[in-house]
Amino acid sequence: MSQNKKKSAAASFMSACAQNIAEIGSTFVRGDWKTKVSYLILGFGPLMRGQIVKGIALIASEILFFIYMAGFGAKYLSKFSTLGTVATQKVGRKTVYGDNSFLILLFGILTIIIIAAFIVIWRMNIHENLVEETALKNNKPLPSNAKFLSSFLDENFDKTLLTLPCLGIFIFTVLPIIFMICVAFTNYDANHQSPTNLFTWVGLENFRNLFSFGSQGFGGTFVTVLIWTLVWAFFATFIDYFLGLAVAMLINKKGIRFKKLWRTILVLTIAVPQFVSLLYIMKMFGNDGIVNGYLMKWGWISSPIPFWTNPTLARIMIIVINIWVGIPYLMLIATGLLMNIPEDLYESARIDGANSFQMFWKITLPYMLFVTGPFLLTQFTGNLNNFNVIYLLTQGRPQSMKLTGNAGYTDLLVTWLYKMTVNDTNYKMAAVIGIMVFIVTAVVSLVVYNMLPSVKDEEGFQ
Amino acid sequence: MKEKNYASMSRRRTIGNIISYIILILISIIWLFPFYGLIMQSFRSYSSEYGGMVDYIIPKRFSLDNYRFLFSGETNFLRWYKNTVIIAIVVAILQTIIVLCVSYALSRMRFKLRKFLMNFWLILGMFPGFLTMICMYFLLKQFGLTQAGAVPGLILVYIASCGMGYYVCKGYFDTIPKALDEAAKIDGATRAQIFFQMILPLSKPIVIYTALVAFMAPWCDYIFASYVAFGNDKTYNVAVAMTRWVWTNDYQGYFTRFCAGGILVAIPVTILFMCLQKYYVEGVTGGSVKG
Repeated sequence: MSQNKKKSAAASFMSACAQNIAEIGSTFVRGDWKTKVSYLILGFGPLMRGQIVKGIALIASEILFFIYMAGFGAKYLSKFSTLGTVATQKVGRKTVYGDNSFLILLFGILTIIIIAAFIVIWRMNIHENLVEETALKNNKPLPSNAKFLSSFLDENFDKTLLTLPCLGIFIFTVLPIIFMICVAFTNYDANHQSPTNLFTWVGLENFRNLFSFGSQGFGGTFVTVLIWTLVWAFFATFIDYFLGLAVAMLINKKGIRFKKLWRTILVLTIAVPQFVSLLYIMKMFGNDGIVNGYLMKWGWISSPIPFWTNPTLARIMIIVINIWVGIPYLMLIATGLLMNIPEDLYESARIDGANSFQMFWKITLPYMLFVTGPFLLTQFTGNLNNFNVIYLLTQGRPQSMKLTGNAGYTDLLVTWLYKMTVNDTNYKMAAVIGIMVFIVTAVVSLVVYNMLPSVKDEEGFQ
Repeated sequence: MKEKNYASMSRRRTIGNIISYIILILISIIWLFPFYGLIMQSFRSYSSEYGGMVDYIIPKRFSLDNYRFLFSGETNFLRWYKNTVIIAIVVAILQTIIVLCVSYALSRMRFKLRKFLMNFWLILGMFPGFLTMICMYFLLKQFGLTQAGAVPGLILVYIASCGMGYYVCKGYFDTIPKALDEAAKIDGATRAQIFFQMILPLSKPIVIYTALVAFMAPWCDYIFASYVAFGNDKTYNVAVAMTRWVWTNDYQGYFTRFCAGGILVAIPVTILFMCLQKYYVEGVTGGSVKG
C-alpha cells in the first residue's frame, strides 16, 4: 500500500516535471515575439500587453536577482564547496582577514535558495505569458491592473496574509535550520571559529563520533542522555495525565463545595511565571534550603539530603516537581472534557450495578484517552523538549566525569544541545544532537500517531 | 431495612466527602506552599538578618528592605521591568495579528500550497528551537539588534516564527460555519471584508487567548533573552536578571531580593491571567481535543 503510494508520488512528480518542460518548450515555439523576448527579459510580454503591475514586478525581480548574484551571491557560492581556503593571517602587526567560513556557508545556502526561487519566478513568467496569449487569441479582455491589485484582497487574499509570516519563518527558522544541518557535516567548533579560523566539510565524521563508544567518543553519553530523555518524557506525560484526571474528578465530584476555589489555587501555578516558582523550589530543596533546614532542625536527619547532587534523587525530584507544574493544565483540560461525557452512560451503568471504580475504568478512562489521544502525543513530544523545567531546576546537573561533552545526569537532549552551543561552542556536535532530537521526535510522532484510536477510528465515540 | 440501607449509603457518602476534602486541602497546601515561602522570604531584611538561605520561613522582623532596594536605582530592576513589559505588549499585539492572518488563510481559503505549507511547518516544528540560535544571533547582529539592541531584537525573534503556532486559532475558525462565508460572498463581500467584518468579531475568545499566551511567554523566556542580550545588563529582561541573581549572587543577600523581584513580576501577570482565565481554559480545552 505505502509502496504503491510512494511509487505513484514519484511517478506524478516525474510527469509534472515532464509537463512543465513540455509547456516551456511549446510556449516558446508557438508564442509570439513578445513571449519569446520574455524568456530573457522577464515580464516583457505582460508589459507590452498592458499588464503594467505584473510586468514591473517580474522585471524588477530579475534586475534584483542579477544585482544580488553579481555583487554578492556568486562570490560566496564559488567558495561553497571548500568553505574558504585563505586563512586569516597576521602580517606584522596587522591582521589580514581571509575567508570567513561562517559567511560562506550561510550566504552559500541563501544563494542556492534564491537561485531556486528565481527559477520558479521565471517559470511563472512563462506561464503568465501563455495565459495572456491564449486569452487574447480567444478575444477575452485581460484583467485591468486595478483589478489585479484588488484581487489581493479577494481571491488572492491568502498571499497577502501569508507573505510576511512565511518570510519571517524562512529567515528565522528555515534558513538557520538548513544552516545547522549543514554544520553537522563540518568541523565548526571552538578550535575552528570564524573569522580567525576556517572550518570545512568533514562528511559523516561527527555522526561517527556520536556513535563511537571510546573514551573520547560521545556514544556512551548520548545513550545515557537519550534514555533519560525518553524515561522523563514518559513519566512526565503519564503521571501528570492520570493525577490531573484524578484531581479533576475529585473536584467535579458531587457534593464537593468551593469548586472554584480549588481550581483557582491550582491554576496559580500556570499564572505565576515559571522562572519565579521553579527557581524558588530549586532553592527550597537545596542543601541549605528550608526543606533540609527544617528536617535538620527537627532532628529527623543529621546531614542534608542531596536532592540535587545525587543523580537518582535529582531525577526523581524533577519528575515530582513536574507533577506540581503539570497537574493544573491537565485539571483544566479534564474538567472541560469530563462534563462532555453523556450522563446516561453512567446512569445505565449504575442500573447495571457497576461501582464507581468500574465506571471509571469502563467509561471515563476510555473516553478520555480517546478524546485526548492527540493531545497526549503533543504533550509527550513537548516533554521531550521541555527545556524550562530541567534547566531552571538543575541545569542538567549533577555532572560526572563519566559523561563527555559536559553533560549531566538530568540533561535532556535539548539542554545538552543548549549547553554545547552556549558554553562549549561545540557547534558541530550541537548540530548533530539537534538532528537526533528531530529524528526522535519525528519517529515517536509518526509511530504513536498511527496507533491512536482516534485516528484509526474517527467515529468511535460519536 | 430500606431506611437502614439509605442511612449507611449517606454515611458512606459523607465519609467519602470528608476524605475528598482532606485530600483537596492537602493538595492546596502543597500547591500554595512555594508561594507562601516566596512571599515570606521577600520580607526578610538582608541588613538585619542573613540574606541568603536560612532554615526558617517567617522572618524575625518584617521589613521592606528588599523592595526598597529594587526601586533604589542600585540595580537596573526598573529598566528590566520596562524592557519586559515593552516586549510583552508589542509581541502580544503583533503575534496575535500574525496568528490570526495565518489561521484565517489556512482555515478559510483553499490554495495550491496549503497542504504542503501545513506539513512543512509541522516537520519544521520537530526541530528543537535552539538549533536556530547561532544563526539567528548572527543575523540579528548584522542589524545591531543584539546586546544594546536586544529589546527590538527579541521582539523580532519572538514574532518571526510565530505563524507556525496557528493550531488552536485555526481550530476555532474551523468551527465557524462555512455557510456564513458563502452567504457573504454572494452579497459581494471580498475575502478581506469577510475576515475583518465577520470572522474577527466572532473570534473574541480566541483573540484574547492568543494575546494572553503571547503576552505571558516573554516574561518567562530565559534562553533567547540571555543569548541575545549577552552581557549587556541594561537590556536584560526580568527572567534573565532574576535568574542570574539566584545562580551567581545568592550568598550576598540576593536571594531575598530575588523573592521580592519575583513577586513584583508575578503579581501583574497573575492578576491578568486570573481575569482572563475563562478564555485560557476555552483555548487549551479546544486545542487539546483537536490536537
